[in-house]
Amino acid sequence: MNYIPNIIFLTVLLLSIGVFTRNIKRIIRNISLGKSIDRKDQSGLRWKNMFRVALGQSKMVSRPIAGFLHVVVYVGFVLINIELLEIILDGLTGAHRIFAPILGSFYDVLTAIFEVLALLVLIAVIFFWSRRNISKIKRFWMAEMKGWPKLDADIILYFEVVLMVLFLSMNATDSILQELNPHDYIKAGSFPVSTFMVPLFDGFSVETLHIMERSFWWLHIIGIFIFLNYLYYSKHLHILLAFPNTYFANLNSKGKFPVDSNIKNEVQLMMDPNFAIPDTNEAPPEKFGASDVFDLNWVQLMNAYSCTECGRCSSVCPANLTGKKLSPRKIMMDTRDRLEEVGKSLNINKGVFEKDSKQLLNDYITPEELWACTSCNACVDACPIEIDPLSIIMDMRQYLVMEQSAAPQELNAMMGNIENNGAPWPFSNQDRLQWANE
Amino acid sequence: MLNVPTLAQLQAEGKKAEIVFWVGCAGSFDDRAKKITKAFVKLLNKTETSFAVLGTEESCTGDPAKRAGNEFLFQMQALQNIATLNAYEVTKIVTTCPHCFNTLKNEYPELGGNFEVIHHTQLLKQLLKEEKLSIQGGKFKGKRITYHDPCYLGRANQVYEAPRDLIQKLDAELVEMKSCRSKGLCCGAGGAQMFKDAEAGVKEVNIERTEQLLEVQPDIVAAACPFCNTMMTDGIKNKEQEGNIQVMDIAELIANANDL
Repeated sequence: MNYIPNIIFLTVLLLSIGVFTRNIKRIIRNISLGKSIDRKDQSGLRWKNMFRVALGQSKMVSRPIAGFLHVVVYVGFVLINIELLEIILDGLTGAHRIFAPILGSFYDVLTAIFEVLALLVLIAVIFFWSRRNISKIKRFWMAEMKGWPKLDADIILYFEVVLMVLFLSMNATDSILQELNPHDYIKAGSFPVSTFMVPLFDGFSVETLHIMERSFWWLHIIGIFIFLNYLYYSKHLHILLAFPNTYFANLNSKGKFPVDSNIKNEVQLMMDPNFAIPDTNEAPPEKFGASDVFDLNWVQLMNAYSCTECGRCSSVCPANLTGKKLSPRKIMMDTRDRLEEVGKSLNINKGVFEKDSKQLLNDYITPEELWACTSCNACVDACPIEIDPLSIIMDMRQYLVMEQSAAPQELNAMMGNIENNGAPWPFSNQDRLQWANE
Repeated sequence: MLNVPTLAQLQAEGKKAEIVFWVGCAGSFDDRAKKITKAFVKLLNKTETSFAVLGTEESCTGDPAKRAGNEFLFQMQALQNIATLNAYEVTKIVTTCPHCFNTLKNEYPELGGNFEVIHHTQLLKQLLKEEKLSIQGGKFKGKRITYHDPCYLGRANQVYEAPRDLIQKLDAELVEMKSCRSKGLCCGAGGAQMFKDAEAGVKEVNIERTEQLLEVQPDIVAAACPFCNTMMTDGIKNKEQEGNIQVMDIAELIANANDL
């Protein structure tokens, strides 16, 4: 027996898994650069949230067309993975359609379902592509989408088209060979979609068809391995990270912004000189707020890797809608880009970050963007996987104000009024009850 | 004549109030918002609700400072207010401002301020349910009323129905804008924007929202936040529609319906 194909397959499989593992480790390492935040409480609620939002796609369907198409691709992706398991086992053992004898007539049902799903995925992907490239839906054409992000989005769609076409072509040639060469191709499976492709392969010899079938099989599985490893370089990571991202999402009221306990100690000490700062092992913070990715927490960094740049956030952002520079999606993309830049330095320098002259603030995100935010939470509400761009904006504002005193002049005046009169306007606190007598 | 007891007065008389009305800075100082404050007090008086205000002992909750990034100033304000409220053993607070409401409700507990905090639309709904308040809609019969969801009441705290339930008691037609409830568009004032000029863009946020509300051709825009009220009023003036469309707080609508 000839084991060369099995060995080649095993090598390709191990290589693919190896590179994928290395990349996942890098992502985990980069996310771990973030500060700690406790998101391990209420695990029951967290599981429920993950099942509802990530697995159940509950927020996707708030936009019915995109939501429906996405569910099609998503269900197709998940179910076709069962087929993938068979392909891997076939590749390793040299068998052909290894599940067919085990599953009997149910195998026919499965292959038929896969084919229908493949067709539906193809149709959905064509819709997606048209929405991006023909109807040019606005959120896909905002400033931050120029260049790589736009290309990335299209590449993913092309990948899916190629994979689905290869899959169906593989089945079409297989079904012909089941008739012509029953010795090597066992009679198995039902092919309601690829049967329409059979005429395309009319008139080829058994040998040619065999070469074609093997080529489709190999290209399909190698394509999947390449796609798997493309994820790391792409916005498409959401297919994995949507799950932890929704599990570790903020479960509090959206209006509740975190209260900084370090500041609490200082304020209490200032108001009461006898106040004893609780003895914790935590070192006092080096700075207030965030000017770089190291100052954000790990959930915010995971958010950045999870973002698939759909732009629903920016399409509902009041600042963005009225032409301001702020785009919540760009906040997430910038955070990821900066984190990747830091990650590259870690890769080169064996895990040590060589300080560069850049940071997230100014080099990526400008104060003008940060100050345009109304903190209305529309972006947070719109995100199908519960990313929180607002928390990053607020942390960066905090840095600007508390470390650099760089608030817009009018805000300084407002804060001065609060400090002096206990109101954001210059009214005397003694007049607070005037209204009752007017 | 309004009856507005302060906590200090009540304490001197050895009395307590069931609920503290947190008036807020806008409600105390802004000419338009003061009318909302008074309308709400009229309703409290009419329903003989046991309440008190802090008066000169009230100070900014610190919300605009926090949203502007000044956590230090926010916490100074918060700790000071919490000390005052705790000294009076306050347990329940009502406020006409969703920003005060959110901050008191969500951000004070961690600093030692644990109160039951409700928005005035929630209290009015409760008074209605307890039949202490009745609403005759005669005045508003046939009027088209649209409701603008304040971000810090709606999305931030999931209060969508209480204001709508009250409007529906007015015999008026409640018409929804295309962005409403959890999808409601901000008026443009939140996140300390009220106190600064907007960044460069093609339009002001309140104009965008005003255009949405004009689409449903309302007679009245119902607001539940003093800042939204200002922004909508300015937007309507900008569109020269002030003769056709009124912006009114829910408390004013209910007070009006009761001839107060």
